[in-house]
Amino acid sequence: MSNLTDLTISESLAKLRKKEISPVELATAYIEKMSENNKYNAYITQTTEQALEQAKASEKRYTDGTNRPLEGIALGIKDLFCTKNVRTTACSHIIDNFVPQYESTVTQNLLNDGALFLGKLNLDEFAMGGSNETSYFGPVVNPWSRETKLVAGGSSGGSAAAVAAKMCAAATGTDTGGSIRQPSAFCGVTGIKPTYGRCSRYGIIAFASSLDQAGPICKDVTDCALMLNSMAGYDAKDSTSSKVTVPDFTSFIGQDIKGLKVGIPEEYRSDGLNAEVSAYWDKAAEILKAQGAEIVHINLPHTKYALPTYYVIAPAEASSNLARYDGVRYGNRVSGNGLDELYINTRTEGFGKEVKRRILIGTYVLSAGYYDAYYLKAQKVRRLIKNDFDEAFKKCDVILTPTSPIEPFAIGDKKMLENPINMYLNDVFTVSVNLAGLPAMSLPIGLSKNGLPLGMQLIGKSFDEATIFKAGYQLERGANFVRM
Amino acid sequence: MAVDNDTVRRIAFLARLKVEQDKLEETKEEFNKILAWVEELGEVNTDNVEPLVSVNNETLTLRQDEVLSGHISEEILANAPAKEYGYFVVPKVVE
Repeated sequence: MSNLTDLTISESLAKLRKKEISPVELATAYIEKMSENNKYNAYITQTTEQALEQAKASEKRYTDGTNRPLEGIALGIKDLFCTKNVRTTACSHIIDNFVPQYESTVTQNLLNDGALFLGKLNLDEFAMGGSNETSYFGPVVNPWSRETKLVAGGSSGGSAAAVAAKMCAAATGTDTGGSIRQPSAFCGVTGIKPTYGRCSRYGIIAFASSLDQAGPICKDVTDCALMLNSMAGYDAKDSTSSKVTVPDFTSFIGQDIKGLKVGIPEEYRSDGLNAEVSAYWDKAAEILKAQGAEIVHINLPHTKYALPTYYVIAPAEASSNLARYDGVRYGNRVSGNGLDELYINTRTEGFGKEVKRRILIGTYVLSAGYYDAYYLKAQKVRRLIKNDFDEAFKKCDVILTPTSPIEPFAIGDKKMLENPINMYLNDVFTVSVNLAGLPAMSLPIGLSKNGLPLGMQLIGKSFDEATIFKAGYQLERGANFVRM
Repeated sequence: MAVDNDTVRRIAFLARLKVEQDKLEETKEEFNKILAWVEELGEVNTDNVEPLVSVNNETLTLRQDEVLSGHISEEILANAPAKEYGYFVVPKVVE
């Protein structure tokens, strides 16, 4: 069997349980793909030996019948999740030698369910970026690139590229403003950011704590349900993790969507919207309609203010979270005369350009005299953005939008690099969801005329991933997207 | 509210970052571009709107006040750039 890496998690599990394939064979196939596709720069650290040891242990469990829900499934882990005794860098020079002494709750949950880890995946430095170009380890190359090397999206660019290029069965990601959904769209894979609080943030290197949320990036919707089953759940170590019962997300796969009300937000169809993206949006609505869903038009009047709100709140929280990198307790230290100079030298050398930019903006909006004008104002508008969704969900059960206004662009694109705001604008369809704490999935809908994947986004009510999985599965069937 | 070079310098010090003299102008311009953009928020009427600090509606739970871990100083110091006698080492701060 040459195409073991084509199998989804659900297909792999079926074959593993019937003993048609073994965990070692499966892991070996992925490890071969990792070396074949090294050119994409998806992995920062490989843990293949450890993975093979785990695969052997899994083999035993299949033999003696003690196999767990994800037994022998080979995953890639975004290098923002602390993994015990395995270097974790956030793709920043400031902690590129950091070896955690503990395991993040989400990765521990996956290990407890029998998954094995092939390595740590590339991301934008501290997850700040939308193209994976801010990584200290260089950009990830989108596996769909032809002549020109294209970005994989960000910040979970390594995760999305690794899943697309079959260098792991699925990967973990994190999403603060679109960091699971946008790279999933760019790489033609499926990812879900669950409701804020679904997954514990314990052991995930913090960016903006009121927005950060972990989720899976997978080959299809069903695999997302399997992964989220394992990743989600209350954790005493994260006071913001939720006690709301976690359902079996796979139970919603295949349920019909007759009578489901699908909202289309008017404000998202701006004049400048790419015609292809717009056409696929219509097509996605048609697919859901053909399955019995009803299309309703909704309004999210404060949409226009979501990006400026986000780019006040996220840098503010980041500047506070990143204050801990001072060269004293961990990470690289650059000495100086006295403590202040040690801090300054360490941080100036350790952080990259985009991270510094956001720390400065965040420090400014939190500083005396400006706090009310910027930070407090943004928090108030954040309330209005959330209220918009509350109102919209009185008229519909789920919202359908494109994931990104554009297709993947070239690495080093001048327009994106000359003005940071141009890069920020790519998050226009994703950031509101984080501000409101809602769950949302991106799944591939088709290819652009340049042969590049485009994604659709389904946004659900708070803690209603169930409806996203129902509608997502039907949309996936209708779109019939052919994976790489 | 446009910022000047002094403000950039002051903010950089608050953040314990250094902006080199030759990057000051560029940083200031970038700063002002971003600030001008986020100032769109000024258009929104937010009278009587409560700031949204967290989307989490659940009340925080209390737990028993008991030691759950301990004797892990080796782990805590494992990544320290400089350590001695079980302590983090920093430059002299008290004369």
